Amino acid sequence: MDSPFGLLAELTYRCPLACPYCSNPLNMAGYQDELATDEWRRVLVEASDLGVLQCHLSGGEPLLRRDLVEIVRDAHDLGLYTNLITSALGLSRPRAEQLRAAGLDHVQISIQSDEPTVSDRIAGIPSFRRKIEAMGLVKELGWPLTMNVVLHRHNIDRVADVLALAEDVGADRVELANTQYYGWAWRNRDALLPSRAQLEAAEVVVRAARERLQDRMDIIYVIPDYYSRYPKPCMGGWASRQLTVTPNGDVLPCPAAHSLPLPRASVRDDPLELIWAEAPVMTAFRGTDWMPEPCRSCFRREVDFGGCRCQAFLLTGDAARTDPVCYLSPDHDLVARAVEAANADSRNDDLPLVPRPHRPGLPLVACPRPARPGGRGSPC
Amino acid sequence: MDPTHTGTTRTATGTPPGAGVSGSDRPRLARHVRLAFCRTRQRKILLHPETVVVLNASGADILELCDGQHTVTEIVSELGARYQTVPEDEVRQFLTRLVARRWLEVTDG
Repeated sequence: MDSPFGLLAELTYRCPLACPYCSNPLNMAGYQDELATDEWRRVLVEASDLGVLQCHLSGGEPLLRRDLVEIVRDAHDLGLYTNLITSALGLSRPRAEQLRAAGLDHVQISIQSDEPTVSDRIAGIPSFRRKIEAMGLVKELGWPLTMNVVLHRHNIDRVADVLALAEDVGADRVELANTQYYGWAWRNRDALLPSRAQLEAAEVVVRAARERLQDRMDIIYVIPDYYSRYPKPCMGGWASRQLTVTPNGDVLPCPAAHSLPLPRASVRDDPLELIWAEAPVMTAFRGTDWMPEPCRSCFRREVDFGGCRCQAFLLTGDAARTDPVCYLSPDHDLVARAVEAANADSRNDDLPLVPRPHRPGLPLVACPRPARPGGRGSPC
Repeated sequence: MDPTHTGTTRTATGTPPGAGVSGSDRPRLARHVRLAFCRTRQRKILLHPETVVVLNASGADILELCDGQHTVTEIVSELGARYQTVPEDEVRQFLTRLVARRWLEVTDG
């Protein structure tokens, strides 16, 4: 068992945005009893003792935590590399200056599209203009800036314009991440999954941009695994390199494992070191002993680690099966059918998108799909 | 050099092809990269927004010399003095890879 390198600290699931591809869990009401500042301090100390070197502060929207500056300062004082993953709503100049002074190392700001009305519609709130202003502020204060864009059927055709925007705002890195289907994205999968033609066109654009911008900007492109031959090496192996702590202190090996039928482990009950070493949620799929065929005898078992346990669970109801993305999986048909539907001529292009609520308990209202780029649609 | 990705659902990253480094270049860490010491592992490490590199002794020595003052030629010669077993080419290749990943920036002359 290795020491983990990274801690994903999900400080809250509250969010001003309502993106339909959010990876937060569907039952957000179960995570309202958020860890207090001193509890996060203890988690950071325990994580650092365990070998964690990087702290990704995420959510929901981490800026909604009033104690974010204190949490950053604690992480920085422990020598952790701190990375804020934010919508940028709430990143005022004074707040940004406080975060800078507290030692925040790096800021990642999401946009939903390069085009203001499309971005605002996907986000479910007018936010594009504020995001762009915040990116300027991040650069002005001397932070490295990453622009994060989740790609899906309704914005992937704009990837060239998205890259042009990233250049305009002076991003040091841009992450173009095809939607991974967990949480709200899983719920909205059929409306979000792009066609093969859309993906191929986007990849041509990304390759050319990498060539052109190689000296100026890192372009990270996260492939859509539904279209892959082999599964992704999810998290570098289960409970191998990273851990996630949810807003209420649950410890997970990844940010999508909330719903797996494994006993809860919480920083409120046990030290992180004990959880990492012994909790069933960590040990269940660590290594290769748990693997069924065809993984067990596969030459790639140490390459992709059987793929993603959460995806296997969502698709088959059994987290211990081979990731159905793999073409060798006996369940591959489940993925093939979704891909086929996304490429069918007869596909209904008005599948509803369910926005994630801003906070637990708000009624869910299905919204119309985002309009085609440049078009008009009713706001969510 | 074995980078460990620590992002969340990372499946592929781009490593742009980089040009070589020249002897008069003066490399320094890019501003989004930090060199630190990990007490758990008792090793020097290189920290990047979503990647960690656990360095061996010579790798750590090279990066400590990447201060924007030393030229590549000076770094290569310094490493040669410290480690008889580290060929010059390897030092150059190490620097070239880090420049290609944009973890090092170079100023010429």
